[in-house]
Amino acid sequence: MTTDAERPLLRVRDLKTHFTLKSGSLFGGSKKLLKAVDGVSFDLAAGEVLGIVGESGCGKSTVGRTLTRLEDATGGTAEFDGREMLSLSKAAFRPLRREIQMIFQDPFASLNPRLTIEQTLAEPVRIHGLETTREGIRARIARTLTQVGLDPKVMSRHPHEFSGGQRQRIGIARVMIVEPKLVIADEAVSALDVSIQAQVLNLIKDLQKESGISMLFISHDLGVVRHICDRVAVMYLGRIVETAPKATLFSAPSHPYTRLLLASIPRIRPGRIPAEDRGEPASAAAPPPGCPFHPRCPIATDICRSERPQPVDLGNGQFSACHHAGKQQGEAA
Amino acid sequence: MTPNATIQWFATGRRIFRGRWLATLGLAWLVLVVLAAVFAPLIVPFDPLEIDPVARLTEPGAAHFFGTDHFGRDTFSRSIYGARMAIVIGLGSVLVALLVGGLTGMISAYFTRLGAFLMRVVDVLMAFPALLLALVLMTLLERSVMNTVLVIGIVYATTTARILFGMTLKLKNEVFIDAAVCSGAGHASILFRHILPNLISPLLVQASFIFAFAQLQAAALDFLGLGLPPEVPSWGNMLSESRIYVTRAPWLLLFPGALIILSVFSMNLVGDALRDSIDPRFKNDIKGV
Repeated sequence: MTTDAERPLLRVRDLKTHFTLKSGSLFGGSKKLLKAVDGVSFDLAAGEVLGIVGESGCGKSTVGRTLTRLEDATGGTAEFDGREMLSLSKAAFRPLRREIQMIFQDPFASLNPRLTIEQTLAEPVRIHGLETTREGIRARIARTLTQVGLDPKVMSRHPHEFSGGQRQRIGIARVMIVEPKLVIADEAVSALDVSIQAQVLNLIKDLQKESGISMLFISHDLGVVRHICDRVAVMYLGRIVETAPKATLFSAPSHPYTRLLLASIPRIRPGRIPAEDRGEPASAAAPPPGCPFHPRCPIATDICRSERPQPVDLGNGQFSACHHAGKQQGEAA
Repeated sequence: MTPNATIQWFATGRRIFRGRWLATLGLAWLVLVVLAAVFAPLIVPFDPLEIDPVARLTEPGAAHFFGTDHFGRDTFSRSIYGARMAIVIGLGSVLVALLVGGLTGMISAYFTRLGAFLMRVVDVLMAFPALLLALVLMTLLERSVMNTVLVIGIVYATTTARILFGMTLKLKNEVFIDAAVCSGAGHASILFRHILPNLISPLLVQASFIFAFAQLQAAALDFLGLGLPPEVPSWGNMLSESRIYVTRAPWLLLFPGALIILSVFSMNLVGDALRDSIDPRFKNDIKGV
């Protein structure tokens, strides 16, 4: 029996989200299964920020969309605050929507162009019954807008009157206004100009620290992840290949894929050997047998081509799904 | 707020009609028709139903601007009241078409399983030419203003459903819909608060075309003796009655015919201007839509 203190806020086990790809003619045609997420497990403690990184198409966004029930899970469980939530009906899940919120990538697409900021922000407040009076709702909107660094006067405007950074602040306000416990940030700053990225990122970090929110920070940008996360999970073709505390991941990566990712961060310092081009990931619709990374892996052996590796505990919270995980580190030392 | 809104409406109007003098003329004509319809009782010199056997088939002149018909009824007065019928038929058909078609299209796109069935029904209805479908439905029903409006509305509901189906299908995959779901919004709220306001412009354009086509359909039905009851002074009915006397009293054909042509042409011009103004290819101020 675990107590409240040690129970993670979110416990995801063997999460699977598969899509059926239909191709061919009006009558029948062939069906293909795309395993966007195929057996993802992780824990997220209260107040913790977990980064999920990986290349495009590795399924990291689908993990976020499945946990907010925007996509239906094919299998697995996700316990939120001790309650399994993937099997809940849509109606039974609705109260939980207040506690699980999502920041979207594209601030130009995530706000309804026809609604004023006040209308957009009032919606979740009204739905979840957080304020009942018109004045109460307005006061709460004003408070939240100030919190995200916007003038409360802007609430009567429409989204097209704002810049990308301002819109993302509005998107963050929509999340913060319901005081959630878990925020899933799906590439929250990737669509912004680099100069704006840092501002918005710091805002997210500050808000997270102030209110002790747990956060799933999905990104392909390792620099951003390094700035904001406590722990990082690396995904490859629908699976987590390595999980480690931030410092360990960046200083002593275990999985060859993590090392490839770290090596491909562009650097300005001269004299560095450029990252080896190891090609593109295989399609999630036709993953290779055994370890999905073996066609690109520099240390792949026969076992990698036939057997799918399970996560190995390397101590200090580092897990690596590689057949060579423990051994090759010894060799390197 | 209100004077501001008025100024905005005026600015939008200017943007749509600037440099389109034909469409502006069309709009002016439509305004004239609407005014005639609203103030009909104040304008007409005679009761449109009053029979005057002495003045049968009088040529247009000082007393009867548009002449009289075979019952001695004043054609000008009947034409003015005809404008009333034109607007009633137009607005009624637009309302029915947008309500029935719009809802069908939106719901079909949103609930895909139900939509697969509903849209096949729409496809079947669309397989018939508009006039043929209207004819079949009208022969089943009694001649009345209400039934004419319903039938014409249903005929044009099919195209409206098709258009809104496509647009809703696109809109429901927008990120802001996902965001609304995450905020806890239900189906009704998503359909009517988030999707519908984004469909207003295409609906407006669609309405202007239905309004125009409804005139033609109503005139055709009247002419075939299947539309409005014969005593109702509509342009179509007047045209229908005129054909027997066309050699002796050509003004009976000329005036209602010209009114129909002018009005439909005007509505199409205004509809074109509206459509061009929302088509992104003609738009120079795209604002996040």
